[in-house]
Amino acid sequence: MDALLSLIHGFGVLADPMNIVYMCVGVVLGVLIGVLPGLGGANGIAILLPLTFSMSPTAAIIMLSSIYWGALFGGAITSVLFNIPGEPWSVATTFDGHPMAQQGKADQALTAAFTSSFIGALLAVAVITFLAPVVAGFALRFGPAEFFAVQLLTFCSFVGMGRESPFKVLAAMMLGFALAAVGMDSVTGQLRMTFGTVELMRGFDFLIAVIGLFGIGEILLTMEEGLSFRGKSTKITLRSVMNTWVRLPRFWITYLRSAAVGCWLGITPGGATPASFMSYGLAQRFSKNRAGFGKGEIEGVVAPETAAHAAGTSALLPMLTLGIPGSPTAAVMLGGLLIWGLQPGPMLFIEQKDFVWGLIASMYLSNVVGFLIVLTTVPLWASILRIPFSIIAPIIIVLCCIGAYTVHNAFLDVVIMLFFGVVGYVFKKLHYPLAPLVLALVLGDMAESSFRQSMLLSQGNISIFWSNWLVGSICALAMVMLFWPLIAFFIDKARNGKLGTHGETGRV
Amino acid sequence: MAPEHDVMPEAVPGEDQSTVTTRVMELVVAAVLMVLAGVVMLDSVRVGIGWAFDGPEAGYFPFYIGLIMFLASAVTFGVNLIGRNADTSNFVERSALRLVIKVLVPTVVYAGVMYFLGIYVASAIYICFFMMWLGKYSIRKAAPVAIVIPLILFWLFEIAFLIPLPKGPLEAAFGY
Repeated sequence: MDALLSLIHGFGVLADPMNIVYMCVGVVLGVLIGVLPGLGGANGIAILLPLTFSMSPTAAIIMLSSIYWGALFGGAITSVLFNIPGEPWSVATTFDGHPMAQQGKADQALTAAFTSSFIGALLAVAVITFLAPVVAGFALRFGPAEFFAVQLLTFCSFVGMGRESPFKVLAAMMLGFALAAVGMDSVTGQLRMTFGTVELMRGFDFLIAVIGLFGIGEILLTMEEGLSFRGKSTKITLRSVMNTWVRLPRFWITYLRSAAVGCWLGITPGGATPASFMSYGLAQRFSKNRAGFGKGEIEGVVAPETAAHAAGTSALLPMLTLGIPGSPTAAVMLGGLLIWGLQPGPMLFIEQKDFVWGLIASMYLSNVVGFLIVLTTVPLWASILRIPFSIIAPIIIVLCCIGAYTVHNAFLDVVIMLFFGVVGYVFKKLHYPLAPLVLALVLGDMAESSFRQSMLLSQGNISIFWSNWLVGSICALAMVMLFWPLIAFFIDKARNGKLGTHGETGRV
Repeated sequence: MAPEHDVMPEAVPGEDQSTVTTRVMELVVAAVLMVLAGVVMLDSVRVGIGWAFDGPEAGYFPFYIGLIMFLASAVTFGVNLIGRNADTSNFVERSALRLVIKVLVPTVVYAGVMYFLGIYVASAIYICFFMMWLGKYSIRKAAPVAIVIPLILFWLFEIAFLIPLPKGPLEAAFGY
């Protein structure tokens, strides 16, 4: 009940009309960001972050999170109409969304996608509302070992849940940690990996990396495909919305399953992208019209969209309660929190009630606003996508450069950003995941300091991570995640009867 | 880490559409990551990876980061070196690579010009050039876009949000 009271208090924070204005601006900007290639939730928010420095933290987080919801909605438009996933988590939406558009059912596909996103988000916000205070209260008792264990779980989840080669996940992640270590060591004050240069003393700012990796890298990839987009156009009428809505309640179990998958992968950071694929796979396995999947089955749109939006939303839960973001976009918002002078983590729920509950209340409202906006303005976004890429691309690159410059007012950052762009392009082509790299870059310092504090407590004895049931079970779960590719491999073999059932899996 | 630049010299001019195989790129990137990991480990050893009287030394954590990165990349390297099902397809089509270079080079020049002319004038030139060169627009179509966008940005940053961006001689002439 406490949560409900706090939530009502949060809606009180929203009563400030300026917050509503920021919310609407955020949603519209977000859809734009989600629709345009090269601008995604993470780098779009990174570019806009400097604009929020003069706002109050509450208004700023409301605007930035609204951009995030908008981007989640916007990704569906490009996937369905143009077969181009605007965001990685919309890839699974193209499987059935685009075939539906080709059959002239784009309006139904979009209505289903938006409605599913909306429901997924709403379920996830409900989870946040009731779970976040509990987790935060729980986390108040965390020591450094527990925090490191949770961070370990975060990173091991990437290995276990990622669709890429586990070795590439590890390499990309460690590159992020290594980049985070560059500069002055916060404990001893020693300079690490600066090689005598002054420029490297500041270290690598993850915002620069995000803008380069996701922005420029994406532009270069899009450039490869040529310059024109060919897509379907559509308009959503009230009639088609109603017709689609009548069909949707049938999939209630898909909704629940996908939202559960999404929340789980959002909180333990697998992120929105694997959530959408996993949910699509599950829906296909359990569906009665399994054969229709991939050819324009409406359930194939419902499942990934619900999961992606649920995961994207619930990724904010660990960000708020533990200071550990569940996705690159949440990581950028965490960066914003630090810049506004707020310390993410359990204390936030005690010291910054207005901020936290204003944000949570805004999640409810901005998803409603976003839902209405995208339903009514699809033709507008589709026409924006028809603007030739040779006009859009330079503008986006200019925005990326400005975004990189404004982080520290440094020219060198623009150059570093472009460099990260090339790295992002090559990594994407070779299937090195970017999300763990970014998260490691963000959390590197924090993970290192909690690790060193734990080591100090135990005088260098690694067994501190198994010293009580809490930290032990988190670490054990992390190890399961880390070795999941191996476990899955052996389970597969055992199932195929090649290996039998003897204890190879016991090794991990 | 600049594997991208290694692509150009390796491209065989006579062979149409082929640059390097994905396998070669995998090897190059894994090797670069291994070298980086080596640098991380060496530097960690320099600052100390053991225990000082007051706890772990500065290189304690990064050393293991470097170690894991080295091992993971070594596996990727090995798999691509000896693996039979290594991906020998083309990493990037020649025409696609040309497009990528065509975007990248002007963008690097743009970043340089920005230093001298300020961000707004440089952006105007860049957008105009990009549209005319890659989009084959006439200057009459490119110029309005190239002028209006920096003006909007100027209004947004300098006037609405009071965030100063680098300005050059032109802005100075107008008193900014």
